[in-house]
Amino acid sequence: MLRTLKTLMYLLTSVALLVSFETGAMAAKKSKTLKKTQKMGFVRCGVSQGLPGFSNADASGNWTGVDVDLCRAVAAATLGDSGKVKFFPLSAKERFTALTSGEIDVLSRNTTWTLSRDADIGLTFVGVNFYDGQGFMVRKSSGITSVNQFKAGVSACTNLGTTTELNMRDFFNSKGIKYEPVTFEKADEVVAAYDAGRCDTYTTDKSGLAAQRIKLSKPNDHIVLPETISKEPLGPVVRQGDAVWEDIVRWSLNVMIEAEEYGITSANADSMKSSDNPAVKRLVGAEGELGAAFGLDNDWSLRIIKQVGNYGESYKRNIADTGILPDRGPNQLWTKGGILYVPPAR
Amino acid sequence: MNHKIKSIIPQLLTLLFVVAVIGFFTINAQLNMDERGIDFGYGFLNQESSFDVQFSLIEYDGSHSYAKAYLVGLLNTILVSVLGIIFCTIIGVIIGIARLSPNYLIRNTAAWYVEFFRNVPLLLQIFFWYYAALRALPLPENTEPLFGVTYLTVKGYYIPRLIWENFDILIYSILAAIISIMFIRNYARKLQEEKGQQLPVLLISVGLLLAFPAITFVTGMVQLEVALPVLKQLSKTSFIYAEGLSVPPELLALVLALSLYTATFVAECVRAGVQGVSKGQKEAAASVGLTPNQILKLVIMPQALRIIIPPTTNQYLNLTKNSSLAAAIAYPDLVLVFAGTALMQTGRAIEIVSITMLTYLTLSLAISLLMNWYNKKIAIKEK
Repeated sequence: MLRTLKTLMYLLTSVALLVSFETGAMAAKKSKTLKKTQKMGFVRCGVSQGLPGFSNADASGNWTGVDVDLCRAVAAATLGDSGKVKFFPLSAKERFTALTSGEIDVLSRNTTWTLSRDADIGLTFVGVNFYDGQGFMVRKSSGITSVNQFKAGVSACTNLGTTTELNMRDFFNSKGIKYEPVTFEKADEVVAAYDAGRCDTYTTDKSGLAAQRIKLSKPNDHIVLPETISKEPLGPVVRQGDAVWEDIVRWSLNVMIEAEEYGITSANADSMKSSDNPAVKRLVGAEGELGAAFGLDNDWSLRIIKQVGNYGESYKRNIADTGILPDRGPNQLWTKGGILYVPPAR
Repeated sequence: MNHKIKSIIPQLLTLLFVVAVIGFFTINAQLNMDERGIDFGYGFLNQESSFDVQFSLIEYDGSHSYAKAYLVGLLNTILVSVLGIIFCTIIGVIIGIARLSPNYLIRNTAAWYVEFFRNVPLLLQIFFWYYAALRALPLPENTEPLFGVTYLTVKGYYIPRLIWENFDILIYSILAAIISIMFIRNYARKLQEEKGQQLPVLLISVGLLLAFPAITFVTGMVQLEVALPVLKQLSKTSFIYAEGLSVPPELLALVLALSLYTATFVAECVRAGVQGVSKGQKEAAASVGLTPNQILKLVIMPQALRIIIPPTTNQYLNLTKNSSLAAAIAYPDLVLVFAGTALMQTGRAIEIVSITMLTYLTLSLAISLLMNWYNKKIAIKEK
């Protein structure tokens, strides 16, 4: 009797040990950033200081935009509530330092993915949520209709510390035009300077031009020139060194895009659980164990789709319906003639 | 012996504490940077910067190195500081003396000026000049000339450009003039001490300063051409003035704001200095038969300067450090070019911020040293 009890005890302890070992392994899977985020109860997200369509706060402090939605998706996946995001408005100059120093955990601030940024300064880009390119805005009255009409002495206003500054040089250099760069730290200052006639042209990403045009005193007096002088893949960034967190952010974005591909929307997500398509069922958490890979539950992707919506919904709500860029251009699914193509969630 | 140890121990402890604090921050930064895969080093300074700067005193474009970009920013900071110091001194001295004027209107206008400009935050004043005052200027094509050949427009202040030939010879001639003036001054002092004769030193000095460079012109060693600003059309509605020199509105706004603001403090220093010399000095000087000019030059000013210089040094230092507010209005100073664009493009925050801090420290110390040297020179020499 005593012996059986002892054996039982032994067995129980080893099972307990095994179980604890198992959960230990689960916990190890969890990233430091994820743990911290769950402990704090909100995702710390770096956004712009106000770029309509991407990240913009209204009068009562509610943030909207496609960049904002990405952070909301991460919050929905990790904390179960897309509202649990704390936004940090950052200037172009501050953004990377804020991320590397650990002040924020996701940088979703219309940031161009380049080699040196990705490799050199302790950052990792996780994907592209908007394919953009740099353009120029000029006054309609100037009669300029193409970048080829710029002449030496042209002054160009732009943001400090951006790829724009570099592209602008490449562009004017290749044309052999001497130009005057006027760089401000805040986008609002750039717009004000251009509006006052300090500069002949305002150059930044075309989406930015379209969004900022609305802020000018007479938007219809200005046009965006047709040429695009650079590739600007904009996407979310995380700190280097936390691979699991990196994956969570990457797949939060991918899920939004793939949900659109499979026609899953915030409205029909629940009903999709009974879909015949296994890929759809995986996305809404009805099949597979996708969340476990990140140390998350299985409804993480369902929550993203239900609370934030798919990429198409986010684009329509923030960029198309606001009149910034009604045409999705390259930011359309690959199945519909665009270049949005994400790896399968399986 | 015991006493010696007692005095050394606190110093040792302080030193240890400072070393420990610095060590802690260094190791902490090192660990965190290692963890995030950021390497540390100043090698980036040799890399191509690949960004252009709006306004530069030396030849620079994006194909030059980050080190050169640093130099561009530094020179722009020095330029705005030097201009600011010159103008704030001129305005400050005038306002300071005006505050002592027996004329009610002059005295009170000066007092109002001081109270107004001293009590509005500097950043606001910079914004005022840049966004309100200079933005209201006309576009180049609608601008009436100022002084006949210069144009003050929203895009900048266009002035004639001087094209020198053999500019270095001109510099040498001025140097030669200065050296001969020093000899003449020495001679004049000797003459007065030995024979009581006085030479018109000021007249001779001015004459020499004009004559030496004039000779180089007349003999054709140095030539000067003037390129006037010419209106140039960039597009249907966009114009600039080409050929001449363009002073960017950012520089104008910054120099205006910095000098008008700092001038109020300089004015107060000057007023305090002059008032600090007791009335009896003036009366005594008058009673031994000195002229009012001599009283000011030989009795009042030497004593007043001793009171004026140390606090004014502080104001010069403040002005230099305040010039970093340039970044707010796109003037490409050290902070904007180096701690702004260069930092952003390289991502090397610690390296660049440390260099920038050291640079401002060095600039401030240099001004301090210069002013201290001057202060010592005019201090009472006790024998």
